[in-house]
Amino acid sequence: MSEFLPTGIQLTYLVASALFFVGLKQLGSPATARKGNLVAAIAMLIAIVATLLDRQVLNYEMILVAIAIGSIIGAIAAQKVAMTAMPQMVGLFNGLGGAASALVAVGEFWHYFGSTAHAPLSSTITVLLGVLIGGVTLTGSLIAFAKLQGLISGSPILFPAQQIVNATLLGGFLVGSVYLAATAPSEPIFLALTAVSLILGVMFVIPIGGGDMPVVISLLNSFSGLAASAAGFVVSNNMLIIAGALVGASGIILTVIMCKGMNRSLTNVLFAGFGTGEGGGAPAAGGGSTGEKIVRQVGTEEGAMMLGYARSVVIVPGYGMAVAQAQHAVRELTDQLEKLGVEVKFAIHPVAGRMPGHMNVLLAEANVPYEQLCDMDDINPQFEQTDVALVIGANDVVNPAARTNSASPIYGMPILEVDKAKHAIVIKRSLSTGFAGVDNDLFYHDKTMMLFGSAKDMVAQLVSEVKQL
Amino acid sequence: MDDALISALFVFVLASFAGFEVINKVPPTLHTPLMSGANAISGIAVLGALIVAGDRSWDITVILGLVAVVLATINVVGGFLVTDRMLQMFKKKESKA
Repeated sequence: MSEFLPTGIQLTYLVASALFFVGLKQLGSPATARKGNLVAAIAMLIAIVATLLDRQVLNYEMILVAIAIGSIIGAIAAQKVAMTAMPQMVGLFNGLGGAASALVAVGEFWHYFGSTAHAPLSSTITVLLGVLIGGVTLTGSLIAFAKLQGLISGSPILFPAQQIVNATLLGGFLVGSVYLAATAPSEPIFLALTAVSLILGVMFVIPIGGGDMPVVISLLNSFSGLAASAAGFVVSNNMLIIAGALVGASGIILTVIMCKGMNRSLTNVLFAGFGTGEGGGAPAAGGGSTGEKIVRQVGTEEGAMMLGYARSVVIVPGYGMAVAQAQHAVRELTDQLEKLGVEVKFAIHPVAGRMPGHMNVLLAEANVPYEQLCDMDDINPQFEQTDVALVIGANDVVNPAARTNSASPIYGMPILEVDKAKHAIVIKRSLSTGFAGVDNDLFYHDKTMMLFGSAKDMVAQLVSEVKQL
Repeated sequence: MDDALISALFVFVLASFAGFEVINKVPPTLHTPLMSGANAISGIAVLGALIVAGDRSWDITVILGLVAVVLATINVVGGFLVTDRMLQMFKKKESKA
């Protein structure tokens, strides 16, 4: 019996790995997504049970206590979190996964301390990789969490010689690693390397601005998978390697989509300190029309009339809508307009919100059916036939300068072509610049009306005005 | 390098490629659930944690392993539940009465 057990466990892992593929595949289509998530969860359960049967696992009582504690905390967190806070939540979970992987690597290496045995080169390398990736994922995610939660400023934190400091840290890690591999396992050096990994994670995320968080979260998601893979190399477990590689791949795919959505390279996002206001001169440099710009304001009554008597309305939600928690009011406005026979659609920019697909989740929470949400490529050709485009708390993603002004820092970024609609109403608190620190020509367009105020209040007022039409 | 490491590398590289193929072309609507679902899967590190924490004798390795089990379980349970909570909200347009 006992010699069949390891084979049985391995075969069970094989089944679980296959189920992960099935689950992720199903997560990719709206009709099967929920089932896919369930399949993946079952695969995880199978894998955990199989591992508990492993001969090395003897410490059942404590392990079950640990699992119970983790499950309770996880379940409560999943129930309590607000949908607007999803980016932070996923960020934090990424960090936990990274931390767990790093701890596995550290714990495994600890066996060698005190013993005179030389650690084999291959395990030293895999352990150090696990510590590095896991450590960076942990602290990087914590900083991303703090930025998203508003615990620290979302603007990039830059200091002189930042790249040199980072290069030194990374170089130090490599030198220390070589030393550790060449000599007998030394506790102080190993701990120092662990500390350097943690510092690198902090250094990696602090120079990145709040608006670039969709990229960072995606990348850290990928890292958390790679960390699990690295832990798999450490404990020689294919299940970890496969599942980690899957997550690594999905994170990279999302990272690439997010970068494309901003027309920026990954290096630019990670190292440029974008949105510091170094583009502070941009309003002058942009446009070129130094003459006075005229802003047309509109009241909610007139705005409601424009919307109510339109044939087609496209709503462009941005992060401002999420911050103001206006998605339910927006849904109500949609209902009222549809009662009047107006065709309402939503235009979702790929990087709207603070994580990939964040707007879609918020609108789904407010019961907007997903067929009504249009991707950028689908909706852009339709703006010319749109009577009114209603922009709620979005800025840079509707800035026509991205198309027309090659001097603008956001030039080349794909945008929602709101300026092509017959009219545009922009709900915004003020004329302040968006994340990119660039003035928005749309606001001064002769077809654009500004509706100043908080997104939630303004939409609520529009709803009551539309009701009276 | 030993054979075990080489075959592990094979598994890693091939699984990555397969992952790219399976996940590519996910509609933007599902980006957030995909990420949080993948995030839950990255909690697979719990298996490593279980093995490390499995020893009967108390030492630092076991303690680190147990901490890792707690963290990874939060990741797994929280991740799958929150993904389900989100996906529950994605609905087709209900027919109006």
